[in-house]
Amino acid sequence: MSTVSQPVVPTPRKPIPRIAGRAIERAWLDRVWSGFLWGVMLLFLLNIGAIIAAVATSSFARRWLGTWLPDGWTTNWYLAAWKEFQLGSVLWVTTEIVGAVVLIALVLGVPAAYTLARRDFPGKRFLMLLFLLPLMVPPITYGIPLATVLYKLRLAGTMNGVILANLIPAVPFVILVMTPFIEQIDRNIESAARVFGASTLQMFRHVLVPLLGPGILAASLLVLVRTIALFELTFLTAGPDSQTLVVALYYAVFAAGVRAPQSVDAMAMIYMVVTLVWLLIAMRFVDPTQLVSRVKEHPQRA
Amino acid sequence: MAIPIQRVTFDRTLLLVMPAALFMMLLFIYPFLYGLLLSLNPPEGDWLDNYQKFFTTDNLWPTIWTTLRLAVPVTLINVGLALPIAFKMRVHTRYQRWITTILVVPVSLGTVLIAEGMLTYFGPKGWLVQTIQFLHLYEGSIRLTHNFWGVLISLVISGFPFCFLLILSYITGIDPALARAAATLGAGRADQFRQIYLPLLAPGLAICFCLAFVQSFSVFPSAVLLGAPAGPTRVISIAAYEAAFEQYDYSLASAIAMIMGFVQLLIVAAVLGLRNLFYRGPAMGGKG
Repeated sequence: MSTVSQPVVPTPRKPIPRIAGRAIERAWLDRVWSGFLWGVMLLFLLNIGAIIAAVATSSFARRWLGTWLPDGWTTNWYLAAWKEFQLGSVLWVTTEIVGAVVLIALVLGVPAAYTLARRDFPGKRFLMLLFLLPLMVPPITYGIPLATVLYKLRLAGTMNGVILANLIPAVPFVILVMTPFIEQIDRNIESAARVFGASTLQMFRHVLVPLLGPGILAASLLVLVRTIALFELTFLTAGPDSQTLVVALYYAVFAAGVRAPQSVDAMAMIYMVVTLVWLLIAMRFVDPTQLVSRVKEHPQRA
Repeated sequence: MAIPIQRVTFDRTLLLVMPAALFMMLLFIYPFLYGLLLSLNPPEGDWLDNYQKFFTTDNLWPTIWTTLRLAVPVTLINVGLALPIAFKMRVHTRYQRWITTILVVPVSLGTVLIAEGMLTYFGPKGWLVQTIQFLHLYEGSIRLTHNFWGVLISLVISGFPFCFLLILSYITGIDPALARAAATLGAGRADQFRQIYLPLLAPGLAICFCLAFVQSFSVFPSAVLLGAPAGPTRVISIAAYEAAFEQYDYSLASAIAMIMGFVQLLIVAAVLGLRNLFYRGPAMGGKG
């Protein structure tokens, strides 16, 4: 232990190896855990990649029976799907419905979010509950009674009925997404507008809407993606002329029978591309990590 | 800060919340009450007849368990996987944005594409079976579609990205200075997670659990396309749909919908009650 050349102060050496040992053990555990997580992620993504690839391969396959890859390639299934399922009109109907839902949800939701973010009033908790509840119960729960009411009003099976049904989760969603964006805006700006005599409407048009631009964009894109994907409510209320792409796709699979699976796969690919494009646009404008709460960006030194 | 003006007159800003509130009353509360009344007014028999029928018919009441048996594990898997992965992704690195985007892609797939893909990929002649046989890993038959597992896997694929995004946004909302302070006092990463992040995340986790649970509790398309809708994956929404659109018994269908909503709210209440056992307070340190 002790060497002759260093007879100086006896430093307490014993605890050091223990701490170092624990640190090494900890670092080792960290590495194992981190490797495990990467493994899980990789497995998840690998399988999803394979699932997408399987559908993509099948949609371009001439004939594919139990081999690694199909016999030959063709794009005919896309043409067939387009004609067979009247995809042109389905896509148009989807666009109309989704567009209307996004617009109406914004018109109803943004002012409501503003009031909820800025004011305290009796009954506010009740309203919050009213706006949260539709997101907390399964769509089928209120979809079935709603469908019965809409059938009585002769609205079910029409486009208006589908739009109304889709608005039920969309309006609360806009409120939920918009509230933090509104809270970010300095109240003094509004007060200044008030001092200069702006009415509420003028204040909205010239002050709030421009400032809320990113928030409104985020909310509308998220509602858009959600509405394209929302199956249950459209399924319960749509008629033959008011089906959106998801529902048409479901019927194509469910009532498959004579149809070649490849044309269903082609249609599923079209659906994926449509949603993916919008989703990627949304991800460009909305940082998903900033959706729920705002973060102060700290300089990362670690 | 406080403006010393007393508002005596009616605050007209409150009118802005009215259209949305009215809309929700008309299209959410009214149909709900209508459905409740409808379920208590069966075409024949006593006012509780539908509920009695549900709890005594052999292909109706077990659907509750079938649904819970599917929804609870799926939600636990989704939240349980999303939490550590989101925790890992919380620091800004070059890859964070990329990995986040890639992990979110499954949202855009849609149930049908997942179903079709799984039927092809996990099928008896699919790539998975071929790979496993090629590598001689396992010689028996693997069935991952048209049963419980098929629905479970498809729900994890479609539900995980959502949980991940939500938890990630909650985690990044926690001030990293708190964890750094703990690190200064000698807390390792596991300790930081247990003592700092987990208590602060509790409300977010509760909300995420509830939202993820709703998604998997109302499973409908994937239970039909990937499961065995007549047997092991006959979930409660299938029962409700059949009552409404195959037997045209809207009264019974509403009763099933009410039961479904009730079970859902029970779970939500239980989760939020559990959440109350944890710390309540700001997630921001210092100046907030």
